[in-house]
Amino acid sequence: MAAASAPADSWAIELEKINKRFGAVHANKDIDLKVRRGTIHGIVGENGAGKSTLMSILYGFYTADSGTIRVNGEVAHITDSRHALALGIGMVHQHFMLVDNFSVLENVVLGAEDSGFIKPSLDRARRELDQLEREYELEVDPDAIIEDISVGQQQRVEILKALYRGAETLILDEPTGVLTPKEADDLFRVLETLRAQGKTVILITHKLREIMAITDYVSVMRQGEMVDTLKTSETNPEQLAELMVGRRVLLRVEKGPANPGKTLLEVQNLTVADDMGVVRVKDVSFSVRAGEIVGIAGVSGNGQSELLEAITGMRDQKSGKVLLNGNEMHLRGDDGAARARAGGLAHVPEDRQRMGLVTQFAEWENSILGYHNSPEYGGALLDIAAVKKQAAERIATFDVRPANINLKSSLFSGGNQQKIVLAREMERNPDVLVVGQPTRGVDIGAIEFIHNQIIKMRDAGKAILLVSVELDEIRSLADRILVMFDGTIVGEADPATATEGELGLMMAGIANKEAAE
Amino acid sequence: MSALRPLPRWADVVLLPLLNLLLAFVVSGLVVLMIGQNPLVAMQAIVVGAFGNGFNIGYTLYYATNFVFTGLAVAVAAHAGLFNIGGNGQAYIAGLGVATVALALDQTHWLIVAPLAFLAAAFMGGLWAFIPGWLQAKRGSHVVITTIMFNFIASAIMVYMLNRVFKPANIMGPESRTFAEGGRLPKLGEFFGPFQHTPVNLSIFVALVALVAVYVLIWHTKFGYALRTLGFNPTASRYAGISNSKTIMITMTLSGALAGMVALNEVMGVQNRLVLDFVADAGFVGIAVALMGRNHPIGIGLAALLFGALYQGGNELQYVVPGLTREMVVIIQALVILFTGAMEGLFRPGLQRTLMLLSPEQKAEAVARGTVKSES
Repeated sequence: MAAASAPADSWAIELEKINKRFGAVHANKDIDLKVRRGTIHGIVGENGAGKSTLMSILYGFYTADSGTIRVNGEVAHITDSRHALALGIGMVHQHFMLVDNFSVLENVVLGAEDSGFIKPSLDRARRELDQLEREYELEVDPDAIIEDISVGQQQRVEILKALYRGAETLILDEPTGVLTPKEADDLFRVLETLRAQGKTVILITHKLREIMAITDYVSVMRQGEMVDTLKTSETNPEQLAELMVGRRVLLRVEKGPANPGKTLLEVQNLTVADDMGVVRVKDVSFSVRAGEIVGIAGVSGNGQSELLEAITGMRDQKSGKVLLNGNEMHLRGDDGAARARAGGLAHVPEDRQRMGLVTQFAEWENSILGYHNSPEYGGALLDIAAVKKQAAERIATFDVRPANINLKSSLFSGGNQQKIVLAREMERNPDVLVVGQPTRGVDIGAIEFIHNQIIKMRDAGKAILLVSVELDEIRSLADRILVMFDGTIVGEADPATATEGELGLMMAGIANKEAAE
Repeated sequence: MSALRPLPRWADVVLLPLLNLLLAFVVSGLVVLMIGQNPLVAMQAIVVGAFGNGFNIGYTLYYATNFVFTGLAVAVAAHAGLFNIGGNGQAYIAGLGVATVALALDQTHWLIVAPLAFLAAAFMGGLWAFIPGWLQAKRGSHVVITTIMFNFIASAIMVYMLNRVFKPANIMGPESRTFAEGGRLPKLGEFFGPFQHTPVNLSIFVALVALVAVYVLIWHTKFGYALRTLGFNPTASRYAGISNSKTIMITMTLSGALAGMVALNEVMGVQNRLVLDFVADAGFVGIAVALMGRNHPIGIGLAALLFGALYQGGNELQYVVPGLTREMVVIIQALVILFTGAMEGLFRPGLQRTLMLLSPEQKAEAVARGTVKSES
């Protein structure tokens, strides 16, 4: 590519007056964006601000309704992703596009084979990959099978894929969502190497800390518009948050001291296996008292999901007991979740779109999911009028936008979908609230609201079990932190005194052994 | 990925199927032209053959009755995410129930026999679908596979039952004795002159009630709510504490019971005896009907009428245009299924684009909403 000969301050990407509508939604309004070559350029914005749409236009997934794209100063009409790649634009998606049972090498070559025979392509790829890995310090074993390597390594494969195809500009969409803190640091080092080698990186994220840590420039989007582009060194998280939301936001959670009462949720020697029969939760015991928030920290995939699912009756436990208010719950069987609810346990699931909502349903239909058999919604016939009346009240209480109970649930933004779930689970006044990843994919304004609601529940004397992979969230919300590693609880920490470093070590399964010795 | 606004409901439910139908007829016309016949004459023959007079309409409605039942059977299962291809077998086995009741009680009155035959048809059809449902719920065997296999098992059972159990000694063919007057469902022709000598009978009213009942079941009952939750998202239904296995078994049973109603129409209403293959292929046509009718009772009612008309009009066609055989009619039906069912999305993107261009008020509304949002 001509990158080497171009002047250092020239633009890699220039977008001018980009417009994109999806029916009634104006996702991108007259967007202007210039990305300087050889820089890391962050794009922040709440969910639904139009970041992903803009990048999809750049990568050729969508075509803009109007506007001009210039790549290296030349006007480009990008028609599809192949075309974008030919122009040197590569993308690393939030959800990896890898074939799990292929090797790293095969995944890199996939779609970029030289001929009908695979062997020559693989051999060539092996040589080039070796060079790329050395050049950008991206060590990955080319013969490892994707499903055997860590998420961080899989992400490297995605980056290698893009580089192998000649990408000069790399777009990363929420790259750290699935990474541990250490893996995120590794990723940042790789990005810095890429920058040093003259590549351009566009980083889409909603985590302000990452923006501050790694980017040179940052562009803020709000409701489909480009609000501002700033030099990172000349701004601060508070200013960015305010630009994103359009008003001042409290980044810290304000809460009083906990006032724990009697034990409401007790888990005794719980052992749970996943769908493949692998034991994911090993003999776990803990309890949650009224008026406290117990946070379970841990790197994603260490058994937290299975633990939550077993406690809430979504997954059969192998052995152990779950006691609610002192009564043992019988949660086995595929309607276990109904018995858990009847016992006074509400559940805000980790994945609202896969579990907590039927996205094809209208909002009012989702407002009774799990409680539809309650007599207040009629007998065998559903009392639709009653359901709608209640849904309208709740949508107002929880400030769900748009306030339209007849709207299909998939059309609400992530934060508003989460509010729909929270309204349903909290308004029934349960004894125990189990919350998984309450703010995953939720914008800053809604995060503040959701955190306050959770604290309100605690102060009303409910027992709250919180699982989150966001360490910051656990530290600011929880009154006690349990750290989970490889299916066991490896330690307990006091959020007031524990440092991020200590928790990080425990999450990596290290501190426990040292402490035991 | 489509960036287009979803179609308005009227276009989705009415305009799109009509366009698909039109395309099917145009292509059929080309086929007719290739054979050297006049497509307009053929078209006219089908329309007149289906709706030209009371006699023809009577036949059309008789076929449509079957298709309503099998279409609803497919639709109910589809809303729970289950593909019941076993309508044929379920209807066939239901014939055993109807015939047994009618043979035992045909010395009484049809008013006594009919409700019992209705229950027997529902029971036997339901049973024949419950087993695949149970196998899926408890054993993980996919209903698509098992319901197909159950069609074959049903055929074998029926041949055996007809030859060894139901066939009286004095009859040569594999069929039961003809029911006496008390075991026959009255035909509409008895009350309504124009339908005289046509097979359409009282079971058409059962079909109409079934259309309403299925609508209420799916959109107005708690069970329907659970069923749709399961169909859209089995993980969410597990989260909601809905027993997926129970819902699958009940839904399949209901679906089979609906398919079983074909036996009420055919055995008690038309044949008045149990014969081989009385279902014809109504079970499979039901899949096309449900597809075209978008699994909604109104759509299913209309699609069943269309397919009834094609069956009846097609039968007439071969008498009117000698060059066009029965097989030609099958081709036309296949094209209709192809374009309205399998390729129903063909016109969707184009239509969406056209409608967006044609309606400035929609554009204005979009702009207005955009501004409202940015102010809030």
